Amino acid sequence: MWDIIVFIFPYAITYTIPLLITSLGGLVCERSGVVNIGLEGLMIIGSFASALTVSKLYPSMGDAAVWMGVLAGMIAGALFSLLHAFASINLNANQVISGTAINMIAGALTVYFARYITGSGNINIISGLRRFNMPVLSKIPVIGNLFFTQTYMTTWLVLLILLGSWYLIYKTPFGLRLRACGEHPHAADAAGVNVRLIRYVAVLMSGAFAGLGGAIILVTYSGEFNGSVAGLGFLALAALIFGQWKPLGILGATFFFGFASTLANVSQVVPALSTIPGLILKAFPYVVTLLALIAFSKSSQAPRASGEPFDQGSR
Amino acid sequence: MKLKFPKIPRSIWVALIAMFLGLIAGAIFMLCTGSNPFAGYYYLFRGGLMNIERIGNSLATATPLILTGLSVAFAFKTGLFNIGASGQLLAGGLSATVVALTVVLPKPLLLLLMFLAAIVGGALWGFIPGLLKALFNVHEVVATIMMNWLAYWVVYYTIPRYFKGKFLETESRKIPDIASLRVPWLTEMFDGSYVNLGLIIAIIVVLIIGIILKKTVLGYELKAAGFNRFAAEYGGMKVNRNIVLSMTIAGALAGIGGLTLYTGYAVNIQIGVLPNQGFDGIAVSLLAANSPLGVFFSALFFGILHSGKGFMNAMTEIPPQIGDTIIATIIYFAATSVLIERFLDRAGKALANRKLERSSKEAG
Repeated sequence: MWDIIVFIFPYAITYTIPLLITSLGGLVCERSGVVNIGLEGLMIIGSFASALTVSKLYPSMGDAAVWMGVLAGMIAGALFSLLHAFASINLNANQVISGTAINMIAGALTVYFARYITGSGNINIISGLRRFNMPVLSKIPVIGNLFFTQTYMTTWLVLLILLGSWYLIYKTPFGLRLRACGEHPHAADAAGVNVRLIRYVAVLMSGAFAGLGGAIILVTYSGEFNGSVAGLGFLALAALIFGQWKPLGILGATFFFGFASTLANVSQVVPALSTIPGLILKAFPYVVTLLALIAFSKSSQAPRASGEPFDQGSR
Repeated sequence: MKLKFPKIPRSIWVALIAMFLGLIAGAIFMLCTGSNPFAGYYYLFRGGLMNIERIGNSLATATPLILTGLSVAFAFKTGLFNIGASGQLLAGGLSATVVALTVVLPKPLLLLLMFLAAIVGGALWGFIPGLLKALFNVHEVVATIMMNWLAYWVVYYTIPRYFKGKFLETESRKIPDIASLRVPWLTEMFDGSYVNLGLIIAIIVVLIIGIILKKTVLGYELKAAGFNRFAAEYGGMKVNRNIVLSMTIAGALAGIGGLTLYTGYAVNIQIGVLPNQGFDGIAVSLLAANSPLGVFFSALFFGILHSGKGFMNAMTEIPPQIGDTIIATIIYFAATSVLIERFLDRAGKALANRKLERSSKEAG
């Protein structure tokens, strides 16, 4: 059993990381009071921009092109999220509809351009990131095998961003204002906080994070853009709720979901796991999220003003 | 002399402008890929409408959209956002397919049983979020998203295990002709197109839902819960019961959509796909401003876009995804319809001012 866990762990972490960063994007956005169900679409955009950049630059730049691709994914995600920001912050539009539109536009438009570029709608990248063993740390017994072997650089980058976001949200004036905008925008406004500006920053951050998530999928395990991220954006949304809108909570939730999905993915090739029906493992994140919603229905930590347009005049 | 135009309701203006803007956006994307948008749209609409068979195919493509659009619109009337039409469509389609592949009965009875199975499957997928909303105040958007992916994985694991296709692991066996909604007289009437009994079912359902919403106590109560939940409660209506009922009916409608999609338009069900028809249903209902009759017409428009895109792709270099892109852009414009309304306000004012000026000149 231990062997199986050691075997699965790197895969589970690889699968968890894009989920985690996307979920974190959702967290920042919802904490500012804007619901973003367009995460899936923003991931697709990130993955597309990243695939395009890597495939164009790789012949001339080599491995550095992969990092340019990751950067391009982030930028593209942030730019695309402007659509959501404009609709939900400037126009007070229905944020769920706007998010749905983002998902649909991203899914259709990227394949449209990908087909124009490659003919097939898929973009392959020649090379992604390489796995490496952390020097020294990977030699630690037990933990070394689980966490520090076969890792990607992006994993550490995302964990660093998580740490930074935690600090930003809980320990800085900006974070305080951000949370205030999500709980009680009118109070924040009365205290002189520019609610619209804060929300813009938050939506852009969520776009950049989701774009990064999409790019990471591409350069770590998929290696090919095909117009979808298989519902990971929605899984990230589920993790955000299951993690109760808290950075450490979503770290736990995404790992939980990532591990279950990885188990389901490898259960066909690992005989010891084939007894667990794949359906149970795959459906598990969604069922526990529904159960969590029921369990926390009285004490939900959801930002109070999440999803509500900010209308200055209605104070 | 005064010219009198027939008064067109504002919601129709907004819908038409959103559609127009979506088509403009599509034209810009065509230009981006170096294609001629005029040729693109010419072939797109020709592909959807050029002969009786193509028209039939457009109608067949529109059929599931009518039902998912109606599903979203119905929930909207009760103030609920049903983003789970995809999952409900899958659940209904799966139930119907299971019946089609396992039960042996004469065609009319079999179709009736499939119809009921689709309703039950879809209704269950709508009932659960409705119940969670009523009992625990779980937001229906989140609950229906979860239900979508539950349906996705249920289909993903059920089909290969029990109903594997002959050649492909990723789709079910073909349903027998006896279990198909396609009937010879309709197919012949439309020169061998995909059009099927689903269209007739959809039209009847549109009428029934229209009557329920406009003429019955139930419809009144559902709408009242949508307008102001607390006022409805104060008025003695059972709001929680109505929420569950509304979501269940919405689910059943999308479930019927699944019946028409997988056993009428198609002949089997594929795994690993969360059907776009559910999300297109949101576009349909937005454009229609949630009116059942409007749903019918906007679904027809999207049906033409979807069924014409293949022909356009064959005649030009434009990838068929332009159809989905246009629909998605229309949703965005519908979401930002405030802009359109502001524009209409200004245009209306400018027009009124000009009239005033003119009449004052005439008087002076």
